[in-house]
Amino acid sequence: MLRVDNLRKRYRTGDEALKGVSFSVPDGEVVGLIGPSGAGKSTLIRCINRLVEPNDGDVFLNELNVTKLGRGDLKRARRRIGMIFQEYALVERLSVMENVLSGRLGYVSFWQSFTRRFPQSDVDKAFSLLERVGLTDHADKRADALSGGQRQRVGIARALEQDPELLLIDEPTASLDPKTSRQIMRLITEICRERNLPAIINIHDVPLAQAFVDRIVGLQEGEVVFDGPPSDLTEDVLTRIYGEEDWTTMHGDQDEPEDTHPHPARNDPTAELV
Amino acid sequence: MPITKSENGAAVWTHRTPKARIVMWVGWLLLVALFIFCWQVMTEGTIWFFVYDAPRQAADIGSRMFPPKWSYMDELWWPLWDTINIATLGTLLAVIMAVPVAFLAARNTTPSTKFVRPVALFIIVASRSINALIWGLLLVAIIGPGVFAGIIAIALRSIGFIAKLLYEAIEEIDETQIEAINATGASAMQRLDYGITPQITPAFAGITLFRWDINIRESTVLGLVGAGGLGLKLQASINVLAWGQVTTIFIVILATVLVSEWVSAKVRHSLI
Repeated sequence: MLRVDNLRKRYRTGDEALKGVSFSVPDGEVVGLIGPSGAGKSTLIRCINRLVEPNDGDVFLNELNVTKLGRGDLKRARRRIGMIFQEYALVERLSVMENVLSGRLGYVSFWQSFTRRFPQSDVDKAFSLLERVGLTDHADKRADALSGGQRQRVGIARALEQDPELLLIDEPTASLDPKTSRQIMRLITEICRERNLPAIINIHDVPLAQAFVDRIVGLQEGEVVFDGPPSDLTEDVLTRIYGEEDWTTMHGDQDEPEDTHPHPARNDPTAELV
Repeated sequence: MPITKSENGAAVWTHRTPKARIVMWVGWLLLVALFIFCWQVMTEGTIWFFVYDAPRQAADIGSRMFPPKWSYMDELWWPLWDTINIATLGTLLAVIMAVPVAFLAARNTTPSTKFVRPVALFIIVASRSINALIWGLLLVAIIGPGVFAGIIAIALRSIGFIAKLLYEAIEEIDETQIEAINATGASAMQRLDYGITPQITPAFAGITLFRWDINIRESTVLGLVGAGGLGLKLQASINVLAWGQVTTIFIVILATVLVSEWVSAKVRHSLI
């Protein structure tokens, strides 16, 4: 359970990125955070694990007030919050296994991590996570040898290796093709349901968000302007979040159940010609 | 404003306005005038007799330098070994001291940009501003002639070089990888080990090998000021006008530099 209460952030340049944001995410719910560029989406999720320091307000992770912690306690709190990044943010020159195991850095001593002697239970966990994300054969490859979709899977495994109680996900599909994007979104939402994890996903692709998340929060100029189920995301609401635009073309195949009844004419471009 | 209207109203575009063209032309004229003036100042003190005589002198020394005295090689193996040791140990010592300096100088890793960073930058500038030969001159006076003075001279000169290139590499790392390591709850030392070190390893290897390569060259002349190695033999041979021996030394230096270049290219290739 995550509760964000009246969170404010003003950058030194004077930009007010967050103007008192409040919402909560119960366990197992995946929330899509949408909004125009510069609305404060990245700032918001970075304020939750304090990679960006908020000026005011509180973040409660299962009754622990993250905003009030000192340095040592903050590190311990960060272990409980997994983060997945837009450009994967893997350490490119380390192996896949080292990247996944880096999720345990907060739990092991410096010497253990320096000599790469992680406890066997951590290694077992890493192997089972790699299997879950479908990368069993890639454990020994260097991260920069993988494709974009594979790298994001390593990013997911690294976040889960932390045994998180919350997932923060920043534009997970921004660098991926449409098919891989759907696979990654499906993987993330499935895992959150399996583990009953709350998650916040920053996402630009509104139809993709609607297809996978349980709830949508719309952010505009640092304020929450929408909070509700994906089905309530009408054209009016989109205009409130993003501004005036013709939204009618956006809802092309949104109402169709995904991939369950493949229409022959749509999947086979030659069908109409015959 | 290079766009103007012609008489029939069409827009005309030229690269420069007439005024800019005149300014350019005057600028070039002044540059040529300055060059001629400098040439006159430079040649004022030249004794032209020596210059006319130069080809004959060069030919004279050249003829005495040939053939090289190959038997002298027996005396060169030991100084050659010294030279390689001066370069290698000097580089090693420099690396040990340069790595912490680089981390203190890099804007994203320094503990304080106000106090620590200027000190680290000063160390870098001080080390770089003095040539290894001059460090050698000083050190021979302080700790006496020999290989040790050479090693310290090479090390002192190399600290700045390695630290400067390394801190620039540290400042160019990808911060999102650091952010990801921070997000796992890692400590500062773990961040260094997992976030920063893997990113700067190729640069570090390249810089160190490059400096070792340069140091082989520099250590061949350090002996001129008494800091051991081949330079000592070179100095001795020139003093007694044994030009055949000088040629042999030149050939040895050339061969050593070629080999070191080949080695560093090979190693760098396999590391990156």
